[in-house]
Amino acid sequence: MPIIDVRNLHKRYGEKVAVDDVSFSVEEGEIFGILGPNGAGKTTTVECVAGLRPVDGGAVSVLGRDPRLHRDEVRERLGVQLQEARLPDRIRVGEALRLYASFYRSPADPDQLMEMLRITDKRDTAYRKLSGGQKQRVSIALALVGRPTVAVLDELTTGLDPQARRETWDLVESVRDSGVTIVLVTHFMDEAERLCDRLALIDQGRVAALDTPAGLVDRADPEQRVTFRVPAGFDERLLTGLPEVSSAHRDGGRLRVTGRGNLLHAVTSVLAREHVLAEDLRVERSNLDDAFVALTGRSLR
Amino acid sequence: MSTGTGRRPLTPALNRLVVTEARLLLREPLSVGLGMLLPTAILLGIGAIPVTREPSPEFGGLRFVEIWAPTALVLGMGILCVQHLPSVLATYRENGVLRRMSTTPVHPGMVLAAQLAVVFAATVASGLLLVLSAWLVLDVEPPRQPLLFAAAFLVGSASLIALGTLVAAVAPSASASNGMSMVLYMFLMLVGGVFLPRVFLPDVLVRMGEFTPPGVQLLLESWSGTADASGLSQLVQLAIMAGVAVAAAVLAARLFRWE
Repeated sequence: MPIIDVRNLHKRYGEKVAVDDVSFSVEEGEIFGILGPNGAGKTTTVECVAGLRPVDGGAVSVLGRDPRLHRDEVRERLGVQLQEARLPDRIRVGEALRLYASFYRSPADPDQLMEMLRITDKRDTAYRKLSGGQKQRVSIALALVGRPTVAVLDELTTGLDPQARRETWDLVESVRDSGVTIVLVTHFMDEAERLCDRLALIDQGRVAALDTPAGLVDRADPEQRVTFRVPAGFDERLLTGLPEVSSAHRDGGRLRVTGRGNLLHAVTSVLAREHVLAEDLRVERSNLDDAFVALTGRSLR
Repeated sequence: MSTGTGRRPLTPALNRLVVTEARLLLREPLSVGLGMLLPTAILLGIGAIPVTREPSPEFGGLRFVEIWAPTALVLGMGILCVQHLPSVLATYRENGVLRRMSTTPVHPGMVLAAQLAVVFAATVASGLLLVLSAWLVLDVEPPRQPLLFAAAFLVGSASLIALGTLVAAVAPSASASNGMSMVLYMFLMLVGGVFLPRVFLPDVLVRMGEFTPPGVQLLLESWSGTADASGLSQLVQLAIMAGVAVAAAVLAARLFRWE
């Protein structure tokens, strides 16, 4: 049984279609990404999963239950970190955790949770005095305090500095390693690429593609490029004969080699055999950004 | 799923919410200072002027501090129930506190219930402090009709709390809520005699004190034991406050937006 199963979800606000037709299922133990530009329908989708909104069409099941019909059961086992949900300014971190722990049947120990999220030293600090990264940690802690089977984390790192983002990513991985299935909603490609086992690319209320990050990139553009500076006399035909190489062009002092498969190895073997010193060698691959453009015909940002 | 279908007992969550909301209120210097301490401070300050402690025929043989004490009471009730309460509720909605709670097994209505209980308790504490200080320091007799006074205070507070919740229910944003509650507060304080002692108010405003929450006229009558024969009877005044409280509460419950 999938942890979360969404079938042909449809949701309108008046005339405006927020989610047109979205289907995916989340398997136990994975980090599942929901990726798409702002306004694609990501948040509405997770709000329907969390049972915060009634659906206009299709079906949502969480742990085999309907989140609207079995609200209490689902809420005991689904932790949700919502985008831009704050806490009262003067509440202290430890207080907030104990408060939210009292909402659940068998909550986690707030002290252990603070330890895990490295906010123990902030236990007596008022929420408004926390940095953006610390607030996000508290938010994650609150999503985990009910010892959920699955946690939804919405736009976790928006507004964080690069250091705090990387720390938050490590945290998400350690939460998954502790046995919690994670649904990660994001509009950051690097975040999705780094964290997600599988992801659904959502665009204009529809799933544009659903695959592993590498699979999505591969599907959009299977080619890779190797570029390097070579001595003037180098004959690029040495490379174009290789089965992995589809083309090689000179661009000023740089050679740009395009191909697939184990391209880098094939190219460097030839260079070594010919005793050619390749300087400033770079490998370029399309990333999820390119994949998104290729799969939807639109830019992510 | 093995977790059965029985609803969890709500008391631990509600207890924890009440404790937390009470702490948050006590950490709010403005609400504690203005709502709970200022009314007593003002009354004691006025009482420090000797002439206000002399009985005067102008006030029907009462002393000015006795005439003005119910106004001080209304001042604190207004700050807590009409200013502090809607501001907290509207901010909770605007900042997603209610939304976050709605993802847990506990309905955000519980935080509302806790907030109302805490504000009511603070109002009672503010009133007790005022009545006791007036008695011990200024020699203002404690309420002559204690049961009626308690009922008037209880129902009066309830009417203000219901109005405050109604403001939070319909205000589109926290700043709109603050604006609306300020207008409401100014009006209630005008009728309550904060800006001009009620004995100097035009007759129409004095009469409005009989049916404008929280019912300053009834608080005065039950405190000093001087019924105004030309006004509405005390039970009618009490019934009017109860009516306002129920009507505002029903409207607030129907109109309250959780996000």
